[in-house]
Amino acid sequence: MSGRKSRSLAAPIRGDDLSPLMRPLLTALAVLTLVHGGLLFVRPASAPTLEASGTGPTVGVVFDMGGRGDKSFNDGAFLGADSAAAHLDARVQFIEPGDGSDREAGLRLLASERRDLVVGVGFIFSDDLTSLAQEYPDVNFAGVDFALATDAKGDVIAPPPNVAALKFREEEGAFLVGALAALVGNSKKVGFLGGMDIPLIHKFEAGYKAGVKHVCPECTVIAQYAGVTPEAFRNPSKGKELALSQYQQGVNIIFHASGSTGLGMFEAARAMGQGHYGIGVDADQYAEAPGFVLTSMVKGVSTAVYDTIRRVKDGTFKGGIFSYGLEEKGVGYIYDEHNRALIPDTVRARLLQLEADIVSGRIKVPSTRS
Amino acid sequence: MSGTKTAIEEGVLPTLTALLVALVAGDLLILSYGQSPSEVWRLMLSGTWGNAYGIGQVLYKATTLVFTGLSVAIGLRAGLFNIGAESQLAAGGFAAGVLGLLLPVSLTPWLAIPVCLLAALLGGAMVGFVPGVLRARFGAHEVIATIMLNFIVLAFLNWAISATGLAVTETLHTPVVLSTAVPRLAAYVPMFHGSAANGTILLALLTVVIVAWLLFRARFGYELRAVGLQPMAAESSGIRVPRVWITAMVLAGGVAGLGGTNFVLGYKNYFEDGFSGGAGFLGIAVALVGRNNPFGVLLAALFFATLSQGGLAIHALVPKQMVEVLEGIVILAVAVSVPEVRRLLRSRPAKAAVTTPVQA
Repeated sequence: MSGRKSRSLAAPIRGDDLSPLMRPLLTALAVLTLVHGGLLFVRPASAPTLEASGTGPTVGVVFDMGGRGDKSFNDGAFLGADSAAAHLDARVQFIEPGDGSDREAGLRLLASERRDLVVGVGFIFSDDLTSLAQEYPDVNFAGVDFALATDAKGDVIAPPPNVAALKFREEEGAFLVGALAALVGNSKKVGFLGGMDIPLIHKFEAGYKAGVKHVCPECTVIAQYAGVTPEAFRNPSKGKELALSQYQQGVNIIFHASGSTGLGMFEAARAMGQGHYGIGVDADQYAEAPGFVLTSMVKGVSTAVYDTIRRVKDGTFKGGIFSYGLEEKGVGYIYDEHNRALIPDTVRARLLQLEADIVSGRIKVPSTRS
Repeated sequence: MSGTKTAIEEGVLPTLTALLVALVAGDLLILSYGQSPSEVWRLMLSGTWGNAYGIGQVLYKATTLVFTGLSVAIGLRAGLFNIGAESQLAAGGFAAGVLGLLLPVSLTPWLAIPVCLLAALLGGAMVGFVPGVLRARFGAHEVIATIMLNFIVLAFLNWAISATGLAVTETLHTPVVLSTAVPRLAAYVPMFHGSAANGTILLALLTVVIVAWLLFRARFGYELRAVGLQPMAAESSGIRVPRVWITAMVLAGGVAGLGGTNFVLGYKNYFEDGFSGGAGFLGIAVALVGRNNPFGVLLAALFFATLSQGGLAIHALVPKQMVEVLEGIVILAVAVSVPEVRRLLRSRPAKAAVTTPVQA
């Protein structure tokens, strides 16, 4: 390289007055332009046109920063919209935002196309959804985990009439896995591992504790949080550390609501070996540590999104707060061939009874820590 | 005449080639998704420069990139690779946001906004000062120092808003402050309605002119460039090199810090943890493609902002990662084809007395 350079410096200026660096560049430029021009005319036979086929509602979904592949609510929303595309003929467009301003930009893009429904996935969209809904009163919006604002007196401010706030009664599902943990744990101590120490996660803890106490009043719940920053949701090593200390205190079963921090909890259960279990959250987490996952408390984001799209198709969409709990199959727990052996039939029967009691209102599950 | 010619040969052609390489790579990527390139590019253009809202969004994104690009360019002109624009940007935004909270609400915007701008400048400058001093006094490599400082500063800001009760409950941002709001463009040109573009664009343009003047017309800029080209020669001609290094880093940090006001004062009117979203790192690409020339930085910022906003528009056809790959290819292609970048990326030329003159 340097050899070429020194030669070029010494070379006399030729007639065409092009420096040697220029020749290859100009050639490259010409070749690239030709290639690009050629490629522009390539039209793969498979290329779908923008106006996707289908007669169902047009739907746009903007994901949270986590994006697809989080095995949690983003993926849940994707599944819901995807099955709506398959079963309801919905024409769905997905957007994954890059930086903070893309959240509003993504929603606005979809709203300005006058889509029948625009969905924001995650509480972080609440502000943007509220202001856009006022600007586009003829477009329907939905927010997963929509955070309701409160006024000065602490009363909840209703979302705009064209916004469906999809909220989940996570405490009801947590109640059932709490009861399960107490019934099969062989210990008077059960564990809870929260991510960030915020009211949203306190809901899980409150329901879980209530479930434990309901079937085993003398049991204690060791509840710990991984931190006070969003980092607490993605800190598996902290999760492992906390879970190990809980297992060593005599806890056999831990329920986590802590995002990927919980992966550390499954690691800890595996490290402790036989008789130690973790309970997954949001989605079925059996695959994280087969044999050490008692069950997972699942949150039916896909059901909620699918339902909302169905209502748009039926013409029955309306704004307001939609609360998904056990009754609406919006929350629940996994009971399948993987964990049937861990859950005796008598326990399963007891859980079904508890579920019925919650649905009928005989048991009231608290959503805040008292 | 031959001057213009050299400028075109050295300045424009390599960049153009690099962009074409990226374009062709983009074509192939799009084809690999089974889509037609012309359709995707058409969609990208119509979603950005095709309507007033799109233009506004591009201008908004470009504004931040102008500041971070200038920051990196100032560093590079002084021979320093500033990887810290990300945290300088965040620190500037944080300073402006928090100071806005502290100022009395009744204060006139004519005073409140300049005060917050100054705070942003100082916030970023402080973060730039540290690696500058470490380099000048202890010879610590600024690349390492700025990268490490990114982690420290961003973690500190995260702690500062979430653990001290600055943030609104259940969010990651501070309360809204309207008394320091820089007006949106839409307030004057209704066409831009809905876009985030705001008055800080003017500040960005002004900064381009000031930095250009400083670099190429002022004595300080001459010293800075001399140090960047050949520190030893500069030293023997009487320039105090360590002082230039510190000043350059402070200036680079301050300019990046000013960029934070685009989001904090111009768009959301609050500081949000993580608002910088990579704009500081993208500033490196902006500076490289802009050839460390303030006006080149302006064009490059518009280019990368178009890519970023266009990425949203083509979502229906290709995944968003395609835009990220394209950015990466542009950077690589520029690194390969632009002479002074090649020179810079080679190990620091200790004995390179015969460097070809760098076009100014």
